[in-house]
Amino acid sequence: MIELWNVNKTYETGNKALRDINITINDGEFVFIIGRSGSGKSTLLKLLLKEVEATSGKILVNDMNLGKMPRRYVPKYRRRLGMIFQDFRLLKDRNVYENVAFAQRVIGASARSIRESVPAMLTMVGLSSKYKSFPQQLSGGEQQRVAIARALINRPEILLADEPTGNLDAHNSMEIMKLLDEVNKRGTTVIVVTHSHEIVDRMRKRVITLDRGTIISDEKKGGYTHED
Amino acid sequence: MRISTFWYCLKQGIHNICRNILFSLASIATISACIFLFCLFFSIVVNVQYVVKNTESTVGITVFFEEGTTAERMNVIGEQIRNRSEVKDIKFKSAEEAWEEMKIDYFGEDKQDLAEGFREDNPLANSASFEIFLNDLIYQDEFVTWLNDIEGIRRINYSSTAAEGMTSINKVIGALSIMIIGVLLAVAIFLISNTISVAAAFRKQENQIMKLIGATNYMIRAPFVVEGILLGLIGAIIPLIAIYYLYRNAVVYVLTKFSILSGLFQFLPVETIFPYMAGTALALGLGIGFFVSFFTIRKHLKV
Repeated sequence: MIELWNVNKTYETGNKALRDINITINDGEFVFIIGRSGSGKSTLLKLLLKEVEATSGKILVNDMNLGKMPRRYVPKYRRRLGMIFQDFRLLKDRNVYENVAFAQRVIGASARSIRESVPAMLTMVGLSSKYKSFPQQLSGGEQQRVAIARALINRPEILLADEPTGNLDAHNSMEIMKLLDEVNKRGTTVIVVTHSHEIVDRMRKRVITLDRGTIISDEKKGGYTHED
Repeated sequence: MRISTFWYCLKQGIHNICRNILFSLASIATISACIFLFCLFFSIVVNVQYVVKNTESTVGITVFFEEGTTAERMNVIGEQIRNRSEVKDIKFKSAEEAWEEMKIDYFGEDKQDLAEGFREDNPLANSASFEIFLNDLIYQDEFVTWLNDIEGIRRINYSSTAAEGMTSINKVIGALSIMIIGVLLAVAIFLISNTISVAAAFRKQENQIMKLIGATNYMIRAPFVVEGILLGLIGAIIPLIAIYYLYRNAVVYVLTKFSILSGLFQFLPVETIFPYMAGTALALGLGIGFFVSFFTIRKHLKV
């Protein structure tokens, strides 16, 4: 469970990114976070990733208080999260298999575990036949699938997606969302930051709308009510 | 650490070196130059120290006794001197032995009959002495002061210039080598640091992903430290190979072409000097590589 209690975030520049945010996200939920550029969506994800610290308030992720978490526990905490980005952030000099295996290697997984879990994960995202391809040989949708496979390989409890369909056409966007929905149905909490009206309206999931750092709506089966 | 993690870090370290090959080569060349000079001065200093030690063993202090000092008193003084820690060796020379030596030096082997007139009257009757050799000439002044306070000693002969000369040669070579190695070390540190910074910039995205995936600081930094260690070790091995053959051939060349020097100097064989030199040079290369990369990556990679 993710809980944010009266969370405020003001950057050193004086920019108030989030104001008095209160959210509770239950285990296994699928949540969209929408809002204009600069509304605080990405800051919210950064707070959950513990990339930045809240100025005030309390953030609890599976009963762990992020504000009181010592720095040395941060890597372990992050292993419980998966993260995907709009620009995929794949390693261009490594093939699909190595990009996914990379996520396991850097946390010190055994060679055997890597050999077993990477092909299974690539099958799950529908890329088992392209394991030798390099990112530049793949379409945008395929690259995002690789990124999803990399985010899921360490079996995270929560998957955070920052504009995962921002660089994709409508068809590929829906394919990626279907994949995320599938991941969610297997029990992973999914939080997606997006601008896409079409996706939000079609998925009919919980939608939290931010505006200038505050929550202006939180609907259980919401649609895109906010205009950019 | 898992073996797979070790191989991963090693592979990434090698990959970093290959990716910035020009910077890596510049770093290796500078470390090589630094360690080559270190080895060169190491050889010189060790050989000079060897020569100095050999020479020191021939520079002694001679102690003469006051007239009428009994043999028992001389023995007591000899025992006092022998018990001093800085004394390496002590030899007693009686008045008779001193005269025997002088006869040979002064009259030569063939004109010994000229000394017959002194048969009953030893001109060196009061010249019984102790010849003392110290472990290190650096203690000579202090030791002579101590001797002066002993009752029954008439005169002390010693060469202060010899001691000062030997110690100053050592000091000059030592200071010079520290200065040159220091400058080269600073350049090597700068270049390795630069190479690691460039590698960190190249891998910025990779490091960011690693951070978000949950890699520990150690895991993110390890490939850079491995890179630094490899640069340091390669930079040490190259000059060691060069110096091994150079030293061996130089000693042979000097001793055969300038055979007159063989009487003045005795060079240590390469087999004697090399293990210490190699150990120190490898430790130096490894140390520079490790510490510079470790601190550089700490500065550039706030994880």
